[in-house]
Amino acid sequence: MNKILEVRGLSKIYGPGCPQCLESTGPEVDTNLCPHCGSVVAIHDVSFDLFEGEILGVMGESGSGKSTVVKALYFDQAPSGGEAIFYDSDRQHDLFSLNAAQQRWLRNHRFGMVYQNPNLGLNFNISAGGNIAERLLMSDLMDYGAIRERAKALLARTEVLLSRVDDLPKNFSGGMQQRVQIAKALATRPPLLFLDEVTTGLDLSVQARILDLILEIQQELKTAMVVVTHDLGVIRLLAGRAIVMKYGRVIETGLTDQILEDPQHAYTQRLVASAL
Amino acid sequence: MIPPILQVDGYGKHFQLHEQNKLIPSSHNVSFTVRTGELTALIGPTGAGKSSVLKGIYRTYLPSAGRILYRDVAGHELDLALASEHQILELRRREIGFVTQFLHCLPRQTTLDVVAQPLLGLGVPREEAKQSAAELLSAMKLPERLWSVSPATFSGGERQRVNLARGFIARPRLLLLDEPTASLDPATAECVIGLIEGLKSEGTAMLAIFHHPETTRRLADQVVELAPPPAVEELLKEIA
Repeated sequence: MNKILEVRGLSKIYGPGCPQCLESTGPEVDTNLCPHCGSVVAIHDVSFDLFEGEILGVMGESGSGKSTVVKALYFDQAPSGGEAIFYDSDRQHDLFSLNAAQQRWLRNHRFGMVYQNPNLGLNFNISAGGNIAERLLMSDLMDYGAIRERAKALLARTEVLLSRVDDLPKNFSGGMQQRVQIAKALATRPPLLFLDEVTTGLDLSVQARILDLILEIQQELKTAMVVVTHDLGVIRLLAGRAIVMKYGRVIETGLTDQILEDPQHAYTQRLVASAL
Repeated sequence: MIPPILQVDGYGKHFQLHEQNKLIPSSHNVSFTVRTGELTALIGPTGAGKSSVLKGIYRTYLPSAGRILYRDVAGHELDLALASEHQILELRRREIGFVTQFLHCLPRQTTLDVVAQPLLGLGVPREEAKQSAAELLSAMKLPERLWSVSPATFSGGERQRVNLARGFIARPRLLLLDEPTASLDPATAECVIGLIEGLKSEGTAMLAIFHHPETTRRLADQVVELAPPPAVEELLKEIA
């Protein structure tokens, strides 16, 4: 098994930052807000490895910084520090030292992202098919017929009714919008996919079918995924390994069943004990 | 003599519950070996930490003490207590299986899919995997009309056969069994015992906990008796 992503010491601070920021924030002091300069230490010193075809869960409550991790890796937000190496077959990319054009290329060709809020992942002013076409165009597929065929195949795979290919996503149900987002993210067959709370807020039956779909895709395409969620059930179902975050720091990492059955950190023990 | 596939040396497990500020002893100073084609049985009173030994080997629990030396298919020896998470996942996929008393599966998966799952994880094509699952289920005398529905509605005995079939299908080199015949009627238990004997003769190494002493007598090549762990105060002295 080969490594696809290596993250080391990833940090993100909102605000001016001061020398006391790091010691004044984190799980020990129960805050991510620096009392000295008012900066928010969203994440600090986050490190992990991801292997090809593997699903890693990132869990924690809101404000733990879990979404910031994937947003930094997908270039939505520039980190304040740290590095990430993306191993793409025989090449390797040092993500945060690439220029904007190179980052855009990776985003469009080699990464995929599915957001909790479909507004962020989809253009609501163009059709479902158009959304996928947009991503295919960015990745250099230019033939209209070929694009339309591929868009249809993707939507069929994610179980979106083909009769709705030309409808605007804003007229879709929440579950359907997530399916279109997944289809769009998969359009370029990326080896690395980020999923940020993708089933949060959907009703249970829709959640289950989306999670099944994600598992099927992972088995078919061997896509490596980083799955961010506060839902222990989602972690249990999808992830082989998981990291637990609190106030911007990783407090525990392990095999998913070990974290759920033999959690080591006081916070993880409380989290697991509060599961329904 | 061929070295054992598994050698456990002074294994210990205790839980540190931060919220209640408590230390819960589970297994204490457990040592034994498991050999290819043989079955080692763990016996001892409730609370002696038998299941916790199995979970420690599978790394569902993080061991607190001791070494768990495993010899892999290539002949390399590694300590499962210290192995990386990726190494453990790979061993679970290819070499080490675990059958518990309970079947965890999704209520929307068919029995055939549940049983075929470990083969799919190894990259076996879906149809082929389902074919193997079907053969195994018919050998276990699970009625064919049940294959296309979820095990969620099955009786205890039917469910346990599905659970065992899933544990057996990928022919693990080391199989951990936690009371696999506990909820079965005598006829089904007999069928499961036959399957375990079959696996042994095929060379699978097994570490098992059985509900009935009679089953242990029939199947075990080695029996290891576990004593209850020492009281917390004793344990604290030892750790300090």
